[in-house]
Amino acid sequence: MRYLPHTDADRRHMLRAIGVADVDALFRDVPDSARLDKPLDLPRHQGEMEVERAFARMAMKNLSAGCAPFFIGAGVYRHHIPAAVDQLLTRGEFLTSYTPYQPEVSQGTLQYLFEFQTQVAILTGMDVANASMYDGATACAEAAVMACRVTKRRKVILSGSLHPHYRSTTETALQYTDMKTDLLAPDPMGMEDLIGRVDSQTACVIVQNPGFFGGIKDLTPLADACHADGALLVVAVADPVSLGLVAPPGAMGADIVVGEGQSLGVGLGFGGPGLGLFATRDRYVRQMPGRLAGQTADIDGKRGYVLTLSTREQHIRREKATSNICTNSGLCALAFTMHLTLLGETGLTRLAEINHANAVRLEQKLRRIKGARVLQRSYFNEFALYLGDEVDAAVVVDRLADKGVLGGVPAARFYPDYEELVPVLILAATETNSESDMDALVAAIEECL
Amino acid sequence: MPESFPISGTISGNRALQIEEPLIFELGSDGRLGVDLPDPAPVDEDRLAGCRRQGRIGLPDLSEPQVVRHYTRLSQKNYGIDTGFYPLGSCTMKHNPRLSEKMARLPGLADLHPFQPQKTVQGALEVIDSLAGWLKDLTGMPAVAMSPAAGAHGEWCGLMAIRAYHEDHGQGHRRRVLVPESAHGTNPASAAMCGFTVDPIPARDNGRVDVDALKAKLGDDVACIMVTNPNTCGLFEDEIIEIARATHAAGAFFYCDGANFNAIVGRVRVADLGVDTMHINLHKTFSTPHGGGGPGAGPTVLSDKLAPYAPLPFVVHGEGGLRLVEHVAEAGGAKPFGRMKGYHGQFGVFVRALAYIMSMGSDGLRQASTDAVLNANYLLARLSDVLTPSFDGPCMHECLFDDRFLKDTGVTTLDFAKAMIDEGYHPMTMYFPLVVHGALLMEPTETESKETLDAFVEVVRGLAFKARSGAAADDFKSAPRYTPRRRLDETLAARTPVLRWKPGANATAQAAE
Amino acid sequence: MSEMRFTKDHEWVRVEGGVGAVGITEYAQHALGDVVFVDLPAAGKVLAQGGEAAVVESVKAASEVYSPVSGTVTEANAALEDRPGLVNEAAESDGWFFKLTLSDPGELADMMDRAAYDAYVKDLD
Repeated sequence: MRYLPHTDADRRHMLRAIGVADVDALFRDVPDSARLDKPLDLPRHQGEMEVERAFARMAMKNLSAGCAPFFIGAGVYRHHIPAAVDQLLTRGEFLTSYTPYQPEVSQGTLQYLFEFQTQVAILTGMDVANASMYDGATACAEAAVMACRVTKRRKVILSGSLHPHYRSTTETALQYTDMKTDLLAPDPMGMEDLIGRVDSQTACVIVQNPGFFGGIKDLTPLADACHADGALLVVAVADPVSLGLVAPPGAMGADIVVGEGQSLGVGLGFGGPGLGLFATRDRYVRQMPGRLAGQTADIDGKRGYVLTLSTREQHIRREKATSNICTNSGLCALAFTMHLTLLGETGLTRLAEINHANAVRLEQKLRRIKGARVLQRSYFNEFALYLGDEVDAAVVVDRLADKGVLGGVPAARFYPDYEELVPVLILAATETNSESDMDALVAAIEECL
Repeated sequence: MPESFPISGTISGNRALQIEEPLIFELGSDGRLGVDLPDPAPVDEDRLAGCRRQGRIGLPDLSEPQVVRHYTRLSQKNYGIDTGFYPLGSCTMKHNPRLSEKMARLPGLADLHPFQPQKTVQGALEVIDSLAGWLKDLTGMPAVAMSPAAGAHGEWCGLMAIRAYHEDHGQGHRRRVLVPESAHGTNPASAAMCGFTVDPIPARDNGRVDVDALKAKLGDDVACIMVTNPNTCGLFEDEIIEIARATHAAGAFFYCDGANFNAIVGRVRVADLGVDTMHINLHKTFSTPHGGGGPGAGPTVLSDKLAPYAPLPFVVHGEGGLRLVEHVAEAGGAKPFGRMKGYHGQFGVFVRALAYIMSMGSDGLRQASTDAVLNANYLLARLSDVLTPSFDGPCMHECLFDDRFLKDTGVTTLDFAKAMIDEGYHPMTMYFPLVVHGALLMEPTETESKETLDAFVEVVRGLAFKARSGAAADDFKSAPRYTPRRRLDETLAARTPVLRWKPGANATAQAAE
Repeated sequence: MSEMRFTKDHEWVRVEGGVGAVGITEYAQHALGDVVFVDLPAAGKVLAQGGEAAVVESVKAASEVYSPVSGTVTEANAALEDRPGLVNEAAESDGWFFKLTLSDPGELADMMDRAAYDAYVKDLD
C-alpha cells in the first residue's frame, strides 16, 4: 500500500525490539469482545487509477457551474480565482503544517494570518479581526454569543435580511442556553423596522448588508439606536467583494462584523469548507472567539509573530473559554489573503464595479420578462426577482436546469412556509457572467414561464 | 558599496535560503495589478442606495511575480509533514496523499454550488453518502451527522443530540457532564455551549479513568460522560465496557471523543464498546491536510436512540435518487436539533477523505492503525531507558513521557523541544495531557519509515544524554538557533497586543534599522 | 501599616479604616509567571467572601482570584491596565487588584496571618 512504508521485515524487526511476539499483543488492553480478528468485509485497497475512475464517474453525474450559464448566489458566490492562488496553496509547507503552536518553525503561517487579519480589518472598517471561523453562519452564531457576553444581556434580534442558514445556525447555538432569539420574518422588500425593536434588554441586532434578498442599507441610524440602548450592532457580509464598492460596516457604526470569505480564493466547493470572517473593535478583543496572530520580537530583537491572547481559548480556559473552536479554516484564510493580495486596492475596486455593472445589466435584460420585477431598488451583485403571480420559482429553476441553465435559487427553498415567497427567485451576477450568459438566462426563463 | 557593513552576518540580514520577507503592506505600490480585469461597463445610475464607499480601502497593490515570491518565501519559514518528521502527539500528522488533492479539484466536484437543483448534484450527494456509509461501517454505528466542521464542532453535535434526547424524554434536568481531567480543552468548552456543567473525573495511577470515581459521580442529573478512547495519554481505556454499562444504567449517554480513532480503525468498532456518539476528525484519521489550522471535518456517529436528533441537512435515498433533507418538515418524523453551519458540510474535505479511504480499503485501514500503534511502541521501547515513560505497558498510537529525566538538569520540556527544532524535527506535543508533569507526547503515525524513526531515536537519545550531562543547560536555553526566528517574546505579544499592520506602526527596533 | 491576612488560594487583604486592599501573594505571582492581563471588578460590585472577583492571566494560564472578604468594591487598580507586570514586580504592594469596604470585618479573624501563611506555603513546596 503506497502510503505505508513498512516492509514485513521492518515490522518483524520492530516487534523484536519492542519485545512482543505479534502486533495483537500491543492491543491487549482492548476487551476481547470488541476485538476484530480480520479486516471488515468492505472493499479492499485500490490504486490511483481505480480511485480516479470512481471519482470521475461521480463527478460526471454533476452539472458543474463552469459548464452552464450560472446565476446562483444566496451566500456562496462564483468569482474567478487567479491561477497563482491554487498553485501556491498546494505548497506542502502550507498544506501539511499544523496550527502554528511552535512559532519558530511557523513564521510563514503566522505572518499570512497577521496579513489576513489586517486585510479583513481594513475591508470591514474594523479595528481587529481573528484568524478565521468555520464559515459565515458559525461566525454569526459566535457573534451573538459574544454580544451577550459583552453586554451581559440575553436577547438577540435577528433581521429578516439575514441569510437563513446564519439565522438557523444562530438559533441552534442559543437554544439550550439562557440567551434568546427574536426572529423577524424574511424580508424580501427591505421594509422591516428593526429600530423599533431595540430595547434595554437587547444584547445585539444582527443584520446582513447587502441583505439576503439583495438590498443595501445605510445602517448608521440602526447603529445609533443600538448604542443609545446599550446594545451592539452585528453586521454580516456574505460576499466580501461587495466591500470594494459598498461602504464598510465599520463606517456605519458596527460593533462586530462577521462574514463568509469563500468568495475570495476558496471557490464554490459545494458550500464547504467556507471561511468565517470575524472582526470587532479593539475594546472587545478579549471577548473575541478564535485564534489571533500577533506581532512580537524574538530574542535577537527581530520582528516575528506568535499566536496570542490564548487565555480566551478552550485549550487554556476550558469550560470558560469564549468558544470551543480549535481547528478553523487556516488554509481557506490563506487562499483568501492570496486572492485579495493579487487584487489589491485597484483590483478589488474594479472587480466590485464589474460585479455591480453586470447585475445592473442583468436587471435591465430581465425587464423584458412580462410580470417580472426586481423587489428592491438597491443591490450590489444579487437581487430577488418576483416572477409574477401564480408562478412557482422552484418549477422554473427546475426547468432551467433541464435546459442546462443554473438560474438562481427559489426563495422557497429556504422558507417553505412562506407562501408569498413562492414566486421569488434569487439571482446573482458576478464577473464570471458574460453578456451571452445573461441573454441565455433571460430567454430560458421566458420559455419556462 | 555600502558605507558600513557588519563584520559578522550578512548585509541584507538574509541567510542564504532564509530570506527576510516584509509584510504585503510594505511591498505595495499604487496602481500595480496582480490580475487583469476588463474595464467595468459604465452604469448610468448605481443601485447602491447612497452607500458607495468613500475614499481608499487601504489595500496594497502588488503584481503577480511579487505575490508568488512573497508566499513562496513565507512557505519556506514553515515546517510541514512534507518537510520532515512531525511527531506532534494527539494531532496525527501523517502523510497527506496528493491523489486526494487532485480529486478534490475535479471541476465536477469543486465547481458546484450548494443550491443547485439537487438533480444536478447527484454525484456530490453520492460522495457524501458513500463516505457516510464507510464511517458507519467502520464504527458499527447506525447513523452519522455529516455537517460538523471540525472535531470540536462534532463534540458540540453529539452533545446537542444528547441534550435534545433528554429534553424530549422529560429528562431536561440532566445537565451535568463528567469529563476526565486528561481531556482536550474542547470537551468542557463544548459542554458549556449546550448549557451543561462540567464535573471532572480523576485519573488512576495507570493513566486511565478512575472507574470507581466515575461511578460515584453518576446520578440522575448526569447527561453524559465524555471519554476519549484511546485516551490522551495514548492508552486504551481497558475498562471501557464497564464504563459504558454503568453510564447507561444511570440513564446517561457515552460520548466518545474520537480524536484518536486512528489507532483502532479496522480493529475495533466503537459500537462494540457501548459508545452512543463519537466525532471523527477526518483531518486526522483519514489524512486530509491540516492546512496550518484547518479546514477539518468532524462527522459524528450516532446510536439509534440519538439518530433522530441529528442536525440538518442530511442525505436520504429517495425515489428519484439521493435527496438532501434541508427542513424539519421533510425529515420524515425525525426531530433534528437544528443546523450547525451553512450549507451541507465540509464537502471538499469529504472528497479527500473518501479518496483516502478508497485507496486504503478495509485491509489498508486496518494495516494503518496497526502500523501506527507499532511505530509508537517502537519509539517507546527505544526511548524508555533514556526518557521517563509515564505509564507501563504498551501504548496505542502515541507514547507519553514526563520530565523526570530532566530533573536537576536545568533543562525543561520546552527547552528540550526547542533543541529538537534545531535538529530538524518538529517537536512533540508538550505539557499536554495535564495529568503528568512536563508531558512529552509523541505520535509518530504509520506513514513514517523505520529509517526515519531510527534516526529520530538517535537524536532524542543524544539530546537526553546531553541534557543529563549537566553542562548543556545554557545551550538548550538558547535553542533554536537556526530557525528564521529564534524564541519569540510571548509576554510582549500578550501585554501589548499588535494584531494588525498599521501605517508606520509595525517596525521593531531591529527591523527599523 | 496594618497587618495582612491571607487565604489558602494565595490572596491577601490589608485593611485600613474599614477599607481592604486585595491582591495576590508573591508566591502566587511567581507560580503564574509573567502576568499579561488582569480583569478587575468594577466599583460598586458586591462580592461575597470566596466569590470570584478577578481573573489574572499569564501567557499560558488564566486563574480566578477570589475575594478574601465580603464587601463592596470601591476602586480597581487602574495602574494594572497599562502595566500588568506590576503584579510580578510588587505583588504585595503596588500590584494590588482592588479595594473594597468590608461588610463583615469578623471574617478576618479566621484568616492566616503572615507567619501562618509562610508556614502554609513552605508545606506546599
